[in-house]
Amino acid sequence: MAQEITTPETRDVASTNGDANRRAMAFTPAVDIFEQDETTVIMADMPGVAPDNVDVTLERQVLTLRGKVEPYVPDGYRPLSSEYRVGDYIRVFTLSDEIDQAKIDAQFKNGVLRLELPRSPETKPKKISVKAA
Amino acid sequence: MLPTTFSPMNTVDPFADMRRVQGAMNRIFSGARTPAQSATYPPVNFWAGEDSIVMTSELPGLTEQDIDLTVKDTMLSIRVTYPELQTGEDAVWHRRERVEGSFLRSVELPFRVNPDHIDARFENGVLTVEMQRPDDDKPKRIEIKTT
Repeated sequence: MAQEITTPETRDVASTNGDANRRAMAFTPAVDIFEQDETTVIMADMPGVAPDNVDVTLERQVLTLRGKVEPYVPDGYRPLSSEYRVGDYIRVFTLSDEIDQAKIDAQFKNGVLRLELPRSPETKPKKISVKAA
Repeated sequence: MLPTTFSPMNTVDPFADMRRVQGAMNRIFSGARTPAQSATYPPVNFWAGEDSIVMTSELPGLTEQDIDLTVKDTMLSIRVTYPELQTGEDAVWHRRERVEGSFLRSVELPFRVNPDHIDARFENGVLTVEMQRPDDDKPKRIEIKTT
């Protein structure tokens, strides 16, 4: 189904390739993945990302989710205490099933990315009738 | 009387270090991005201004209706309820990392805030609350006269 590429050791902090202007730190967004009615649904938490800054790419079977965060600093304020850190998001999966690329649906609402990946008809199990000789 | 290092006003708690280590261990094992304890969820960041304070918190997947903010004197309470994900009974789960359930967190503010001048916004899953210190609570500068 959806196999994760990043190893568990690199959880939370992944390095971003290229883009030297970006900070070197990126977070692994928490995801929910479930399969239903021939469709795989991936939901990823990316709080602080504007809908225009979400980037989803599917190359062969490698699915990459990215979100760029414009750090928010209120005008005239100085940091007082910090319980969470702010940074970009990146997470990579390999999909084992053939996905119907034309029918992928991506929505971004309230900081959550929802991806619907329908299975392409060719990969649906086909019943092969066995003829008696 | 014998001199003593024990001062009743500044008691050194011999267990403070142990509790601190335990807290640190809990943080490590609970995972930085998936906190589940109600007392520390949601995590908040604070910004200090001249006579105001800004609090931000990441609450992905919620809407304005799912967040309940209350303030009394110096205590700010955040109650959040994550709506249950709508899936059919035949859904097969592969990963379930996102936060669910409802949480209540109370945070002590460094000063009393004016409940009529609170500006709360929710955008892209981030809650931002700007609070003002009431005029009668601001520290007053006292003129020193020379004779």
